[in-house]
Amino acid sequence: MRTLVGDERILMKHGAGGRAMRRLIEEVLTEGLAAGGRPGDRGLKAMDDGAALRVGDQWLVITTDSHVVHPLFFPGGDIGRLAISGTVNDLSMMGATEVLGLTCAIVIEEGFARADLVRVQQSMRATAHEAGAAIVTGDTKVMGRGELDGLVLNTTGVALTDRVVSDAALQPGDVLIVTGTIGDHGFAVMAARHGLALDGALQSDVAPLNDMIRRVLRAGGEGVVAMKDPTRGGVASSMHEMASKAQLSIVIDETAVPVTEQARAASELLGIDPLHVANEGKAVIGVRAAAADAVLQALHAHPLGRRAAIVGRCVEGRPSVVLDTGVGRRLLMEPEGEPLPRIC
Amino acid sequence: MSVDAAVRQLRFRDPAAARALAAALGRVTRDIGREPVSVMHVCGSHEQAIARFGLRAVFPKGLNVIMGPGCPVCITDVPEVDEAIALARQGVHIATYGDMLRVPGSSRSLADAHAEGGHIHVVYSIGQALDLARSTTGEVVFFATGFETTAVTTAAVVLGAVPPNFSVLSAHKYIPPVMEIVAEMPDTRVEGFLAAGHAAAITGWGIFEAFVNNHHSPVVVAGFEPLDILAGLVRLVELVRDKQPSVVNMFPRCVSRDGNLRAQEQLWRVFRPIGGRWRGIAHVPNGNLRLRDEWAHVDARRRFTIDLTSLWDDAPPTLAHQCICGDIMAGIKSPSDCTLFGSSCVPDMPVGACMVSTEGTCRIWHQYGSAS
Repeated sequence: MRTLVGDERILMKHGAGGRAMRRLIEEVLTEGLAAGGRPGDRGLKAMDDGAALRVGDQWLVITTDSHVVHPLFFPGGDIGRLAISGTVNDLSMMGATEVLGLTCAIVIEEGFARADLVRVQQSMRATAHEAGAAIVTGDTKVMGRGELDGLVLNTTGVALTDRVVSDAALQPGDVLIVTGTIGDHGFAVMAARHGLALDGALQSDVAPLNDMIRRVLRAGGEGVVAMKDPTRGGVASSMHEMASKAQLSIVIDETAVPVTEQARAASELLGIDPLHVANEGKAVIGVRAAAADAVLQALHAHPLGRRAAIVGRCVEGRPSVVLDTGVGRRLLMEPEGEPLPRIC
Repeated sequence: MSVDAAVRQLRFRDPAAARALAAALGRVTRDIGREPVSVMHVCGSHEQAIARFGLRAVFPKGLNVIMGPGCPVCITDVPEVDEAIALARQGVHIATYGDMLRVPGSSRSLADAHAEGGHIHVVYSIGQALDLARSTTGEVVFFATGFETTAVTTAAVVLGAVPPNFSVLSAHKYIPPVMEIVAEMPDTRVEGFLAAGHAAAITGWGIFEAFVNNHHSPVVVAGFEPLDILAGLVRLVELVRDKQPSVVNMFPRCVSRDGNLRAQEQLWRVFRPIGGRWRGIAHVPNGNLRLRDEWAHVDARRRFTIDLTSLWDDAPPTLAHQCICGDIMAGIKSPSDCTLFGSSCVPDMPVGACMVSTEGTCRIWHQYGSAS
């Protein structure tokens, strides 16, 4: 085997949510860390949004997430709102919508403006309130100038639930719903980061989804069989992971995928597929066909789910994601790394 | 692009019209009465659109739409990438388009140079590279890649007020000469060409008349929406069927006979065509665009002594000589004929030109299993 280009160092693609990241985690981290654990618990090996530990007749769901974003404040949100929403959403995707508590660890770069830290704190507080969650403990460190980019937030969340929804339980015949327009967060951050002049405001969708998911679970019951929040890697990555874990093929009807006009303009301009772009306030929900209407109705009645739509269905076949573009059909590729704009 | 423009564009993605054109393409191809009918496009944006919209799934079985040497990322040659990497190692800020990051040079890519601490910046336009130069005191080099479509934007900047710490490393390429090369290749099976609408918007469609006269191959200028491509192919296969070597402009909403005269004037004031290698293909006479002497002060090749020897200590490209990208881009061979394809050469660690870019033939075949 030849020396792989870039193989000896971690590259940005290893954090981009796609195949490279999953391979790194599987090969280096899960491999070494997954030993032990109690039988029956759902831990690292499941590669799900969080772990589910049996406590009495319930499941304790726990998840952790570190947040870095540049810029720290972007249209529609900021790192504080992101840190709370990300963890609440990971819990929710496992069916655990009743958050017992959150932790927050903050690493701050020397020289960081106190006023900005206050803004982040206020945003975290407001978002936690929105999610009905409380931050119950935390930790603060300061590092030297240049040793990190401004601010890193880590949040951990715990919640109890009677039923864990995994991301692996799809069956042929199930339908896939996205809970609203896709790509908004990623495009808003890209536009802010690179100073793209686009008319029409791109707004991040960052939001805690536990209330919406609570209603989905109430409406769909056992018919809700799989959930993922399509963050880094976008809807494409989520679909690939679900198809691979359930060993089936997913067919997406591209014309049914909701995208705002602003995000579509950004997508056309940059040559980046919205299906590959990060969301921070959306879920991909797999439901039995019989439950689809009830779930859609519940979503449409919720402010965060108004533009929810059925975008795909599961069929038998080798694990794959097929995109029906309306004018043709192709496989939908999983992003290799951070989406990069094309030349022309 | 404005939001309105993005929405208007959706008209050219109408599923019913696409189905009708696909059916027409099937009929015209069958009319010819032999298989396969082979046509070539010479533009990464065409291949990107064909792949993006899954059009190969609706192309008739008897029609072979070959991907030509039209991927600007793919044909940027190894020494050109090396020059950018060497400059980065010399402490210069390199600004370039995003998909150049993963293109391998002789031993590493700009993404590797970035991981090693080089100052590599992704920009969406040369204007952003200028902004970068204005915001730093360090030297900023814009690694300029792409065809005449992007070369004109570089030319416009060079003609304007340029910050003193800004220069251009030109790897720009010029498409018309390479069509001659492909048409003259002894094993070529190409019966007609689909020409790139955006390049023709600059050069005008008239530029292809001499080509048609010399090679008796029809050329159809087409745009990049699914309906543009399908309609362009229908017309091209009709010309093949009727043995009518002529130029037809199927993209009149953007392309005229003479093209954009002002852009042409700027392009040739700044650049001169010289012969040079296109990665994996051949030496292409007049295929490379380099800055004229008048612009030496913004030419990175004259401003810096680019120390390529700094890359010589690294692992040599042991597999590169086995790569058959040239034959693949000429339509003579398929990725499946390559011993590296899918084993030693995969998207994560590409050896050859065509596995590098999302517009590259091998990359697309690797992703989609095959081209059909």
